[in-house]
Amino acid sequence: MPSPKVLILRSAGTNCDKETKFAFEKALAEASLVHINEIVRGQERLDDYQILALPGGFSYGDDVGAGKILANELRFKLGDDLRKFIEAGKLIIGICNGFQILVKAGILPGKEDFPQEVSLIINDSGKFEDRWTYLRSTKHATHAIARVPRSTKCIWTKGLPEIIYLPVAHGEGKFVTKDKALLDKLRRNGQIVFQYCQKEGKLGGYPDNPNGSLDNIAGICDETGRIFGLMPHPERHIQGSQHPRWTRDGLKKEGDGLVIFRNGVNYAKRYL
Amino acid sequence: MFWHIEVKEKYGIFDAVGEGIKKDIFDLGINTVSKVNFIQAYSIEGDLGEAEIKRICEELLADKISQEYSINAQNADDPCLCMGTPTHNAFFIEVAYNPGVMDPVEDSVKKAISDLGISGVRTIHTAKKYIIRGKLTNLQIRTVCNKLLVNKVIQHAVTSAQEELGLRDIDYKFNLVSIDLLGASDKKLQKISRDGQLFLNVSEMRAIKKYFTRLKRNPTDVELETFAQTWSEHCVHKTFRGKIEYKGEIRNPKSEIRNKSRIKNPKPKIINNLLKSTIMKATKELNKPWCVSVFSDNAGVIKFDKDYDVCFKVETHNHPSALEPFGGANTGIGGVIRDPLGTGLGARPIFNTDIFCFGPPDYSAGRLPAGTLHPKRIAKGVVSGVRDYGNKMGIPTINGAVLFDEGYVGNPLVYCGTAGLIPKGKASKLVNSGDLIVLLGGRTGRDGVHGATFSSGELTHKSEEVSGSAVQIGNPITEKKLLDVLLKARDENLYNAITDCGAGGLSSAVGEMGRELGAVVYLDKVPLKYKGLRYDEIWISEAQERMVLAASGDNIDRLLNVFDSEDVEATVIGEFGQDKMLRLFYQDNLVGELEMDFLHDGVPLSEKKAVGLKRNLREPRIEEKKDYTPDLCRILSDYNVASKEWVIRQYDHEVQGASVLKPLVGVNNDGPSDASVVRPILSSKKGLIVSCGINPRYGEISAYWMAASVIDEALRQIVCVGGNLKQTAILDNFCWGNPDKPDRLGTLVEAAYACYDFAKYFAVPFISGKDSLYNEYNVKGKSIPIPGTLLISAISVMEDITKTISMDFKRAGNLIYIAGVTKDELGGSVYYKLHNQIGANVPQVDRKMAKTVMEKLSSATAKGLVRSAHDCSEGGLAVAISEMCFAGGLGAEVFLSEVPYKESQRVKESKSQSKKNKKIRDDVILFSESNTRFVVETEKKAQGAFEKAMKGIPIGLIGCVSEKKDFRVYGLDGKAIIKSDISKLKEAWQKPLRW
Repeated sequence: MPSPKVLILRSAGTNCDKETKFAFEKALAEASLVHINEIVRGQERLDDYQILALPGGFSYGDDVGAGKILANELRFKLGDDLRKFIEAGKLIIGICNGFQILVKAGILPGKEDFPQEVSLIINDSGKFEDRWTYLRSTKHATHAIARVPRSTKCIWTKGLPEIIYLPVAHGEGKFVTKDKALLDKLRRNGQIVFQYCQKEGKLGGYPDNPNGSLDNIAGICDETGRIFGLMPHPERHIQGSQHPRWTRDGLKKEGDGLVIFRNGVNYAKRYL
Repeated sequence: MFWHIEVKEKYGIFDAVGEGIKKDIFDLGINTVSKVNFIQAYSIEGDLGEAEIKRICEELLADKISQEYSINAQNADDPCLCMGTPTHNAFFIEVAYNPGVMDPVEDSVKKAISDLGISGVRTIHTAKKYIIRGKLTNLQIRTVCNKLLVNKVIQHAVTSAQEELGLRDIDYKFNLVSIDLLGASDKKLQKISRDGQLFLNVSEMRAIKKYFTRLKRNPTDVELETFAQTWSEHCVHKTFRGKIEYKGEIRNPKSEIRNKSRIKNPKPKIINNLLKSTIMKATKELNKPWCVSVFSDNAGVIKFDKDYDVCFKVETHNHPSALEPFGGANTGIGGVIRDPLGTGLGARPIFNTDIFCFGPPDYSAGRLPAGTLHPKRIAKGVVSGVRDYGNKMGIPTINGAVLFDEGYVGNPLVYCGTAGLIPKGKASKLVNSGDLIVLLGGRTGRDGVHGATFSSGELTHKSEEVSGSAVQIGNPITEKKLLDVLLKARDENLYNAITDCGAGGLSSAVGEMGRELGAVVYLDKVPLKYKGLRYDEIWISEAQERMVLAASGDNIDRLLNVFDSEDVEATVIGEFGQDKMLRLFYQDNLVGELEMDFLHDGVPLSEKKAVGLKRNLREPRIEEKKDYTPDLCRILSDYNVASKEWVIRQYDHEVQGASVLKPLVGVNNDGPSDASVVRPILSSKKGLIVSCGINPRYGEISAYWMAASVIDEALRQIVCVGGNLKQTAILDNFCWGNPDKPDRLGTLVEAAYACYDFAKYFAVPFISGKDSLYNEYNVKGKSIPIPGTLLISAISVMEDITKTISMDFKRAGNLIYIAGVTKDELGGSVYYKLHNQIGANVPQVDRKMAKTVMEKLSSATAKGLVRSAHDCSEGGLAVAISEMCFAGGLGAEVFLSEVPYKESQRVKESKSQSKKNKKIRDDVILFSESNTRFVVETEKKAQGAFEKAMKGIPIGLIGCVSEKKDFRVYGLDGKAIIKSDISKLKEAWQKPLRW
């Protein structure tokens, strides 16, 4: 069976494309870096791929608002292609800037005509910060937060340990929704995939929640569980040597982030 | 039609920018502000209707969830909101860029509007608007404007609509200007140089005059400018390459030799080309087979693995950062990134470094010299500038240092470095005759005109007015696009040579590339940001984000296609010749014609005098104490020792995924790592270590030993993380005062000789370097130099990154050793600084021992015998162990009696004179900053193996790691002299720079 094909989308200001490619290749996919102009100009077709990855970076300098300009470009130049891609049940992952783009293009949390319903805004600290965060998959919610139902639908996070450890590096990652009703709906639908937490899993304030996100939300998926966006960088924890304390705790065979890529690739292998 | 749009956070959404400003205002000492709101403003001019503007706001400028907008239509002559108009205790301040200053957001917004399918936009300007609420006096509001919100070098507070929209397009009609040099007297020559901001001295002006006398014509303005750029200190390093007559004793600091009568009147030493006599000489003599390209390209290149070489360059951007910290540092990092890009056929940047020297952040505002910004504002601006550019380039900033000293109040130092990987075989370049000259990247504007010559003079309180155009703001996205697509073109072999457009602009880039062949440039072909540039401005503009390529005509179509595929502008502006002439045309007019040979070799060698100053320095008398805990806390709180986490976290130090050892380590990811390690090829175990050494305080005693010490420091950090000296290379960056003054030049000479001596001794070659001289600040006629500051950056190839160790204590019960000898070398130490003393016993490097200590420790670490290692630097042994404790979340018990100790050279001499015995003191052992010392943690079971591995060098088993979170040191008489909970020490260390 051929390896699933991943399109890693580049544009002016994309940064984390090469390490995202490395992560997908570790997960045994065939990953290509494709500039958005190549699709717009018809040299590449979204159709030929099973997974679309929007990597981190500062698309168009994050001018106007993080991810906004590329989000518009996707909507206005690739809208039909994207819609078809999504309708075909294919997979999308947006990491950091990629998450910002998915949110601002209305692809997440996702509705028929792609309205923007949530946003990622300037961190409460007012500055860019690079730090490691513990993330709780909300399906593992303990009684303390039992009101948050389990998100079992995100195909990207199946089989993850209860708590994983990934770095964030952003200035605009504070998750907000347009209203409380939407937040409740995301909870009910199990669309909240990751929450920032303390080492043992309890929800905490800054710096455990590095940006002041509503309900400590770090990542969400759409209603199908196939489209996933998160602020932390799973591609920066693929190898044991990327862990900030491997010189203390020993070199693990692989990092916490790899499972996420493997899940996507395995799903594509089986169903797409 | 002008549309004025304002975007702000909706009610109920936290205004993080506004809150940040409020905090900064509080820091200014104004505590009556209740709230600050931030508003992003856009002025759009063009044929647009209200419906279109509304769509632009809704779809683009305002976030649907968190922001709201308002639209104002304006006629050009309507007055806008005036600055500082108080309404119910609310002040409105709108800050816009000055005309001619690049607005980095403009391009993106234009593109995004056209993505919406809307055309008709002519210009876009952005502005920042602040609403400050609270009771403030007019004077206070002006303070807020001047000290915080507005930097008049690049910005202004908007007072009327016209000013903000004052368009930059002014038509230019060609008019060839020539300068009367032939008939000029020396005095007139000097005046021409001064008035034109050429910074050429009279003998250089005479040489130019002679050249044109031979040609029987006067030079045009652009020809004279070409000389000024090519001959600037910044570009040719006249001081280092010229002739120096040095009087003094280079290798022996005065503090050490004053009792030796035989060298009272040393004979002057003539140095022809200081660079070749010292730094380059060491490299040449060491002749390492792994050096690929040294001192010849934009960066030094060494071998990395079978497929790649690695290059490294460190630059400074001091003067621009003094005037406009954000823009200065921003373009500083942007510029040094282009060095690897312009090395060989282009390298992919893999990490950045940055080292800053500022005035003390708590410096009294009243004492600031006229025309200087407050050190804290400079610090914040510089860090933001590096953060903005480095992060947006996707290059991790992984190593650096921040120093604070009064000597930098008027003249901060900003060093930025970048390393890159080049595929094997692409580390060299060759321009062919007939190759086309291709200009890539950003457009050319009036920005940075006279940057190279500006940095070759001293700053004055008028610098901000005279040289404002030398300060720029970068546009990292333009450079990022350029980087991505350039490497594509490189891999397709589409060009033969490349260089960056840095200081001196096209003049330097084309002049350098065409040195052997000659070149013709059609200046009117250069794409401009706005109309109205004169031909000479086009030639010397230092507009950022530009590179110059030499490509053969056969490849040009493909080359231009590749750049177009990712929206990077590339333009053929001329071609390389064969007659060794530089010819410049503007609209078919010949505006300049110079011989390359004279341009590059005609600069008269400078002749400068240098003198080694005799300093009467003494060791202070300091009372001994029973408890040194308070002193230790104060040293940990010294700005130079304190945690730099505030800076480090703002840099993305993990992008590219190559990070192996981060700048922050330990149980809570907040301990100070000695060096950083990356594995640039993610699938390979081969790594690179980067570190740096800097300590200007030692230079106040001896520039020679300062240089030796900072080389030692950079190297021991490599060893600390598990590296070795085998394939380690170093870079020098000299920042000094005015070299025309013999005392300044004297210390420069001494430091350069130490570079030779110790690069040779440690067998680590210099591969690249840069000097920035004339770092003086002129106040009321008195010139104040910075402390002569040498930065040594080290890069080392590591065979196996899994051997990396970090500095945090790992486990209770482990043994603590010190390797290396402690001497009474408190001269220049932080301990003496506590007592407002400088001292005399500056740390030296022991040439019998230092290298062996490092080599043995490296091999012990390679054998897996070392759990953690940390070097003793500022604050000495006490600080090193404290840091290992709180980084590891563990305590330690330490016995000073076990520390190997020797009296310093100088004490021995004075003792033999006075025949008095001097007591060994606790404070000396605790805080001495003797070089080549390491604190090492090993497991008990490794004790024998470790001691065997270290055989032959002085080590002491000084204590053990303890479970109790308590740091305890027992003095020479066995009594506890330091007792502290580690959380207290950590708080002392973290608090000062927790901004």
